[in-house]
Amino acid sequence: MCSYIVEKTALVGSAKGRKGWMRIDTANVYFDHPYYSTLDHVLAIDFTNEGEGGRDRVAVELSADSARALVTRILAALASGEAAHSAPAQAATDSAAAA
Amino acid sequence: MTHYRALQAETVKFRGHNGDQGEAYYARPIAAGKYPGIVVIHHLPGWDEWTMEVVRKLAHHGYAAISPHLYFREGSESPDDLGARVRVAGGVADAQVMGDVAGAMAYLRVQPNAKGKIGMIGFCSGGRHTYLAACTLSGIDAAVDCWGGNVIVDNPKDLNDKRPVAPIDLTEKLNCPLLGIFGNDDANPTADQVNRTEAVLKRLGKNYEFHRYNGAGHAFFNTWRDAYRPEQALDGWKKVFAFFARHLASSATRIAAE
Repeated sequence: MCSYIVEKTALVGSAKGRKGWMRIDTANVYFDHPYYSTLDHVLAIDFTNEGEGGRDRVAVELSADSARALVTRILAALASGEAAHSAPAQAATDSAAAA
Repeated sequence: MTHYRALQAETVKFRGHNGDQGEAYYARPIAAGKYPGIVVIHHLPGWDEWTMEVVRKLAHHGYAAISPHLYFREGSESPDDLGARVRVAGGVADAQVMGDVAGAMAYLRVQPNAKGKIGMIGFCSGGRHTYLAACTLSGIDAAVDCWGGNVIVDNPKDLNDKRPVAPIDLTEKLNCPLLGIFGNDDANPTADQVNRTEAVLKRLGKNYEFHRYNGAGHAFFNTWRDAYRPEQALDGWKKVFAFFARHLASSATRIAAE
């Protein structure tokens, strides 16, 4: 349905759009009629930098199922990535202790 | 039914709310003559290519049609970027939209091809704006509300500075014939809300006709969406053009043959 319901979150990050990389500080997230997709409703995410006026955005439109799947993959990537990136430091500590 | 294949369509400047100069898409038959005018109020996502197609379709059927860009004050980025920004800002104020719509009507009136009567058609939030305009602006001879949501506002907390009044509460002032086109599977407005709107129109003795379509939801005229329903949309457009013909005398006066 058409609404102005927007979930907004501040964030730290960067995104690549038409003009190349940009810093982003906000994600506007909403489930509503799309601009580009032919789906009736999409989960839309607009990454923008509101601190710099918010005129540029990197926009994504996903089906509801895709958005839910993406949420699980984001969490899985964080879990496995953080585990992998902490492993070498632990290995170095183990080696030093064994030496 | 007369169709006009020779058209002129372009972006023009118009004076909107507060005298602000904005842009509008204007299409009309090229053949010399007088044509009724129609203002097209675009949907919430913005002043997009489908809106332009609607304007040209109306011109093809013998109307001088104009769609003001309701988000022109947001900047010069693409219409979808402007639409996204407007959504995050909570939309545009009703007073501003009414001013822009009145400005588009004034634009039509001063054109050499103006026949005198002006109709209005809006889609989605534009349908709601059309209902609002038909209750608050003078000079509209026929209004078409295509699936306008939030004409009825069930939660008073949904009213705000930009949309302070539910259009249904202004129905007593409705001052022109109203056509409503709705899909029965729509979630906004729901079939129940359409029923309640009709009950108010009936109680107040207003000149209206509603057409509801099974197997269709929101935006079922929109050929760019999965929501498009060809059979229902073709019938809906027939209802729209019959309504405009009846109230705007769409048999435009042509001076020269095409």
